[in-house]
Amino acid sequence: MAFVSSGYNPNKPMENRITDIGPRHFEEFYPPVIKNNKGKWLYHEILEPGVLVHVSETGDELYTVRVGGCRFMSVTHIREICEIADKYCGGYLRFTTRNNIEFLVDSKDKIEPLKKDLASRKFDGGSFKFPIGGTGAGVTNIVHTQGWIHCHTPATDASGPVKATMDVLFEDFQNMRLPAQLRVSLACCLNMCGAVHCSDIAILGYHRKPPMLDHEYLDKMCEIPLAIAACPTAAIKPSKVELAGAKVNSVAVNEERCMFCGNCYTMCPAMPLADDVGDGIVIMAGGKVSNRISAPKFSKVVVAFLPNEAPRWPSTTATIKKIVDAYSKGGNKYERLGEWAERIGWERFFEKCELEFTHHLIDDFRDPAYYTWRQTSQFKF
Amino acid sequence: MAKHETPLLDQLESGPWPSFVSDLKQEIESRAKNEKGVEFQIPQDVCEDLLGILELSYKHGRTHWKHGGIVGVFGYGGGVIGRYCDQPEMFPGVAHFHTMRVSQPAGKFYTTKYLKDICDLWEMRGSGLTNMHGSTGDIIFLGTTTPQLEEIFWELGHNLHQDLGGSGSNLRTPSDCVGQARCEWACYDTQAICHDLTVEYQDELHRPAFPYKFKFKFDGCPNCCVASIARADLSFIGTWRDDIRIDQEAVAAYMGGELPPNGGAHAGRDWGPFDIQKEVIDLCPTKCMWLEGGKLKIENRECTRCMHCINVMPRALRIGNDRGCSIFAGAKAPILDGAQMGSLIVPFIKVEEPYDEIKEKVIEPIWDWWMEEGKNRERLGELMKRQGFQKLLEVTGFKPDPRMVQEPRHNPYIFWKEDEVEGGFKRDINEFRKFHQR
Repeated sequence: MAFVSSGYNPNKPMENRITDIGPRHFEEFYPPVIKNNKGKWLYHEILEPGVLVHVSETGDELYTVRVGGCRFMSVTHIREICEIADKYCGGYLRFTTRNNIEFLVDSKDKIEPLKKDLASRKFDGGSFKFPIGGTGAGVTNIVHTQGWIHCHTPATDASGPVKATMDVLFEDFQNMRLPAQLRVSLACCLNMCGAVHCSDIAILGYHRKPPMLDHEYLDKMCEIPLAIAACPTAAIKPSKVELAGAKVNSVAVNEERCMFCGNCYTMCPAMPLADDVGDGIVIMAGGKVSNRISAPKFSKVVVAFLPNEAPRWPSTTATIKKIVDAYSKGGNKYERLGEWAERIGWERFFEKCELEFTHHLIDDFRDPAYYTWRQTSQFKF
Repeated sequence: MAKHETPLLDQLESGPWPSFVSDLKQEIESRAKNEKGVEFQIPQDVCEDLLGILELSYKHGRTHWKHGGIVGVFGYGGGVIGRYCDQPEMFPGVAHFHTMRVSQPAGKFYTTKYLKDICDLWEMRGSGLTNMHGSTGDIIFLGTTTPQLEEIFWELGHNLHQDLGGSGSNLRTPSDCVGQARCEWACYDTQAICHDLTVEYQDELHRPAFPYKFKFKFDGCPNCCVASIARADLSFIGTWRDDIRIDQEAVAAYMGGELPPNGGAHAGRDWGPFDIQKEVIDLCPTKCMWLEGGKLKIENRECTRCMHCINVMPRALRIGNDRGCSIFAGAKAPILDGAQMGSLIVPFIKVEEPYDEIKEKVIEPIWDWWMEEGKNRERLGELMKRQGFQKLLEVTGFKPDPRMVQEPRHNPYIFWKEDEVEGGFKRDINEFRKFHQR
């Protein structure tokens, strides 16, 4: 493994340095049919799950075959995607915001061979490499965060629960039987790199134990004032701790005030929170970002805690399946999960989804809490 | 023979959804064989150790990654996230496993040539593992060592004409929806403005000078496919001010069942024949449409452009022609003070190159205010809550508009300013006492 220089000279870092050039220009990557028809599209149609046609005012047609992807992807896999795009799509493709891959072709007769090829490719373990679907009134791909594969604060894994959940919801990825689209998102801690707080169903990793305090190292590893300032509930204060006969500077945590956000740990590695039984999953439901019919909505906490059950998180996937099935049965056409829950009432939502309502689900965090309590005599028995 | 036994992760290879474990295993195999004779610059068995340490997390129910260290490329404060594992003796291949964020092209279209070049670079100088893409939108390179950072940056810049993305307290890599490239509903060119602002604000993107992260996201229409209203400090949502264009023949075709409603999105179930009254007119949130002599009529002044009717009948109804965007400020995930959605600050603005009005009247005054007043790790939305929406109006100079609120305030506790009250606040107590005894 001999070192191979790129041309960079560490003794003269500024020599021929290229900075601040930004990303490549998007037009370099447009397939010809996009270049010719940008801004001229008239309408689109979903021909079957995962297959779209867009028709331009020039008469051109663009066919898209959408396949699910893990956002975690090896170069071997990307090269296989490229091989397919080279064979069928003139060397162009695109990714969607929700980690799907889209193969674009400019005539209808090119769809079938492409679809056949995509559907035939499987990993050695048996799973599909390129499942076609993710359109219309169904479940599309789960957007998610890093989890145990690459992050220091997660309360659950990301890729694992996503794989387990998509296996359970797979039929709805390849079908369009739901009242409307259903977007599932996962964030592995409440920092929510994935911003899951406006999803139809959100899977959220959550810690439930306050940080441990590594007094011996705390003052050496951390800026104590930063750790204190990081706490949103002011639960951390400076303290002197007696350790092997000597007084050391450290912090004390008011455990009753801790909301387990892990902000202190982000600032101070001597305050770890992670715990095998303390950590687990919160299920939230009923959010959306679209302005269609009703305003965008936040997701609501509907299950306060489910344990981390690696490798397949059966309690989590079973709960999600129950919610999806109840919504599928009860929702009106075009009605998003949150709109359905609001129409029937949240009391009815818990009944239909067979979920227990516990005190954890009543908001007690600052001002917005009050606006979630019931201030009307209208409710259902 | 696998380097580490992974009985738990192996269970994630079955089932229909693509298995990341299988993908990781094929990369392990590819690196072990090395048929192309790649001169790997980081350990050849890096992927095996990643699989091994992930299995350990599955066993322990806890992550094995430590905090980021201060690593990066010269002159940048973002784009690289240092990462070290807490079991380097057991998993030396991933002892140092830094992330690099590569600024993705707007719209996420690619040529295979570009992707293959990226793969060649990352296979040789990193783990060969990526995220396509990270939550914010970047191409993520997962796992390399410190000495490779400058080498990768050099190759990206010199050979791929490609820069790093944002991380830390700076502008994060902006992202957009597919927009006019492939969508009939896009009210402006999301790719064009996304790219322009990304290039214009490279300094803000690479060199942290902000109180915390800052995100731009561009949604071409109110369907919000990139979720800008939920997660961007400044969210640009396409809209129009004139009339929805109607093709009455196509309306009749939908009513007659010749065209599938909602572009065929509901084909997986028999919902019965299409009923325009029930499925479009009655669901309109403002009740601004009706049928008259078999023709669809819209009172456009009352329309709030929710997109429902257009979504249901894309061949009959089209967005208006006087297009631009609405701008929302302050969206963020829950940390620290609870989740916030973007609040409307600009009801309508034209989105035209070179975007001077958006830059000079919206973005830059807001940044100046936030950089002056924002506390460490305080997002724009939190500053807005702390100092009030009025302050946002003051710094941008936008006039208050009822469109900016759901409803007027519930309390009369108005913080009147001295110059708003006739005669000001300074008064003479002795003059007062002439008429009012102590």
